[in-house]
Amino acid sequence: MEPYLFYVMAATSVVAALYLIFEKNPVFCALYLVFSFINIAVLYVLLEAQFIAAVQVIVYTGAIMVLFLFVIMLLMVDVKKKQKDDLPFQRIPAMVMGFVLLVVMGLAIKSKLFQGREGEYTSAKVESIGHTQLIGKLLFTDYLLPFEMTSILLFVAVIGAIILAKRKV
Amino acid sequence: MLNLVALILLFPLIGSAMNGLFGRRLRKESIGYIACGAIGLSFFISVLVFIGLLLLPPEERIFEKHLFSWIQSGSFNAAVGFQVDPLSSLMILIVTGVGFLIHIYSMGYMHDDKGYHRYFSYLNLFTFSMLLLVLSNNFLLMFVGWEAVGLCSYLLIGFWFEKKSASDAAKKAFVVNRVGDFGFALGIMLIFLTFHSIDFTEVFNAASHGEFAIGNITITLITLLLFMGAAGKSAQIPLYTWLPDAMEGPTPVSALIHAATMVTAGVYMIARCNVLYMLSPFTMTVVASIGATTALFAASIGLMQNDIKRVLAYSTISQLGYMFLACGVGAFTAGIFHLMTHAFFKALLFLGSGSVIHALSGEQDMRKMGGLKNHIPITYKTFLIGTVAIAGIPPFAGFFSKDEILLEAFVRGNVIYWSIGAFAAFLTAFYMFRLLFMTFHGESRVDPHVKEHLHESPRNMTIPLIILAGLSIIGGFWGLPGASALNHFLSPVFGGHGHNEMHGVEAGAHHGIGLPSLMMVVSTLIAIGGIWLAYQMYVKKQELPKKLAERFALPYRILYNKYYVDEIYDAIFVNPVKKISVQLWKKVDAMMIDGSVNGVARFVTGTSNIFRFLQTGYVRNYAFYIVVGCIFILILTTWLNK
Amino acid sequence: MITLTHYLVLSAILFSIGVVGVLIRRNAIVIFMCIELMLNAVNLSFVAFAHYLHSMEGQMFVFFSMTVAAAEATVGLAIIIAIFRNKETVNVDDMNIMKW
Repeated sequence: MEPYLFYVMAATSVVAALYLIFEKNPVFCALYLVFSFINIAVLYVLLEAQFIAAVQVIVYTGAIMVLFLFVIMLLMVDVKKKQKDDLPFQRIPAMVMGFVLLVVMGLAIKSKLFQGREGEYTSAKVESIGHTQLIGKLLFTDYLLPFEMTSILLFVAVIGAIILAKRKV
Repeated sequence: MLNLVALILLFPLIGSAMNGLFGRRLRKESIGYIACGAIGLSFFISVLVFIGLLLLPPEERIFEKHLFSWIQSGSFNAAVGFQVDPLSSLMILIVTGVGFLIHIYSMGYMHDDKGYHRYFSYLNLFTFSMLLLVLSNNFLLMFVGWEAVGLCSYLLIGFWFEKKSASDAAKKAFVVNRVGDFGFALGIMLIFLTFHSIDFTEVFNAASHGEFAIGNITITLITLLLFMGAAGKSAQIPLYTWLPDAMEGPTPVSALIHAATMVTAGVYMIARCNVLYMLSPFTMTVVASIGATTALFAASIGLMQNDIKRVLAYSTISQLGYMFLACGVGAFTAGIFHLMTHAFFKALLFLGSGSVIHALSGEQDMRKMGGLKNHIPITYKTFLIGTVAIAGIPPFAGFFSKDEILLEAFVRGNVIYWSIGAFAAFLTAFYMFRLLFMTFHGESRVDPHVKEHLHESPRNMTIPLIILAGLSIIGGFWGLPGASALNHFLSPVFGGHGHNEMHGVEAGAHHGIGLPSLMMVVSTLIAIGGIWLAYQMYVKKQELPKKLAERFALPYRILYNKYYVDEIYDAIFVNPVKKISVQLWKKVDAMMIDGSVNGVARFVTGTSNIFRFLQTGYVRNYAFYIVVGCIFILILTTWLNK
Repeated sequence: MITLTHYLVLSAILFSIGVVGVLIRRNAIVIFMCIELMLNAVNLSFVAFAHYLHSMEGQMFVFFSMTVAAAEATVGLAIIIAIFRNKETVNVDDMNIMKW
């Protein structure tokens, strides 16, 4: 059952992503993106990363995408209005380049560059400790400094956002 | 006491910095006191160092003070260090002593000048540089002092730079000195290549321990190059032309730099390098002949000059010629002896002439002087002493030193040197007394307007004159022939040659009936002859010079125009160089260099004009380039990691 | 059996789609969304690596990259609002005055 689930999720997320980039209305774009993210969250569950999956749903689809939608509403961009396109000639080359990038990445994957040492956290071990406990333990021991730094980063981002969005910049 | 040596240099430097930086805001008295105080302290310490040196036994009288390492590069090692030995201690005494008197004199002489603080700053800086030159313990540091005195000389000659002639003279002095310094610098490089050191002690030790045969080509080349520098600094043929023009500077400067100290740097340097020079008979011949020629040549020009300072300038060149003659025949002690006495009486003469000029409100032409002896009696008396001293009348200082040079030239050199020297001595006595008679005796030809303001100089100018006059009288006794204290004192520096010198005199004694005494009588007679002739021509029969000038029109014109040397140099060197320079400027500089620089700029502008259109301003465009770049990098890494 | 390669290929596909979206869309908000998609694609590969290599580092990385993404979205959207307030547009082709 697992492989089928993977293929279904992969296909729907790819299709949603494609819709995202070709859809005119930004509101729909945002919804496609949400859909795609939820599919990815399911894949995280398949990969035994339940905590990450939950965060994916809460942070991305919950917080970030709501923020996006909120901004779209706030700006009330007229969808019907023909948008100016100064670089129509870049459309085809861009898609070609996207494809070339995909091919090159595929070749890189195929070349077995991505092989690393196996770690100690096998599925069984993660199971025995508990996934969320393990992440919490790591975050507050080995990754304490980066963790604290992200708090500063978020703090700065909040201040920056407030200053930038103020009426009088 | 010897450890104090660095302080000798420190005080003038501080004084110079203080006056240079803050002089504008200081009162004139303070400026003068700072400058004189700095030199005075320096002199005091020089005396202490000298006494300290005298307390040591003669063979240990060499003291080196290493301050710090200056340049270290591979095997090249230049230190900032000082060497105190009899020669340098004598030099610092002369420099600080005479310098101190001239500083005091300057306080009076320059009193009304608006560049007062600038003047004293330069003067102190000069003293510092000169002390650096004589005290350094290696060639490079000496070269630094050498260049620094050149710079100060430039600054002080061009002190009144608003006057075109003064700034021209300053430039001339600088450029002519550059020719000599070029040789000196090459000489130092060659010394390093030969000896792998530029330290005096090491070089001279290596040279005196017989590693080099007498007449060695390299040594000859080194000494010739060094002599080139000495000829530039000490105004010898063919590089003497800057010194007469240097009289554009203030008179105390002429006294200090262009008579007593800086111009003797060449003599000092050759004396310092005596070990090297003794190894090269050829160079010695060159030095001696150039010295002798210069002595005669400059003296003959001095006969016909009417500017009081120029006569003294040519006289200086001539006396420097004597010193080189002495060094050239190996009589270094005699050269240094004459250097010392010359510093006394020539400084006295210059300061005296400064006093005259001061009294006459700036008049320098002797044809507009005359009959001044009653108006400015102190100046007259001291000037008379100086004149007698330079003319070589016993027992004044100049007599002993000049006599010793002539004696040595005769004993060690040959009759030609002696006769040239003797003839030049005759001319010296003549032109100096001509100067004296024209200035102080006879009818007054002074402009009546100026005559009303005629006055004796203030005390701070006359006292240095009196002290220098005293030194000019007694300065010679230190080097009395036979029982020469100076000879003994300097013998550690001149090593074996010191003894040779004694031999020389003794050999002279063996020559027959007391050669030294005979020589003394002869040179005295020569001097008296010159004085008598001057007296005849310029006091008794004043129409005689004019008649002679008409009779011998051509020689007169040649002498009057200084052998046209300046004109010849202009024609041979200056003008062609100027023409080439103009061509270089127009062709090479304006067309090729500027052209290529502008061409590069134009090329960049042109290509930028095309490539700037890549900068479209569209973010998506840039993102596209980024993606292309990423793909490229990805391909590279994948391919390289295969 | 689903292997690491499957996940990596899926990640690459999503990433490329994101790239193409950035290059062809003109609405700044949508471009932003595409960037988020690319970030997610990378996150997916991180988690996949973590799973197949039995390591927790990948998941820690995802945690931090999500934080960064959140901060980035906040500041980015604020910038878009500021621009909109000045220029009455979110079309990136209208923002082309920084050029030759």
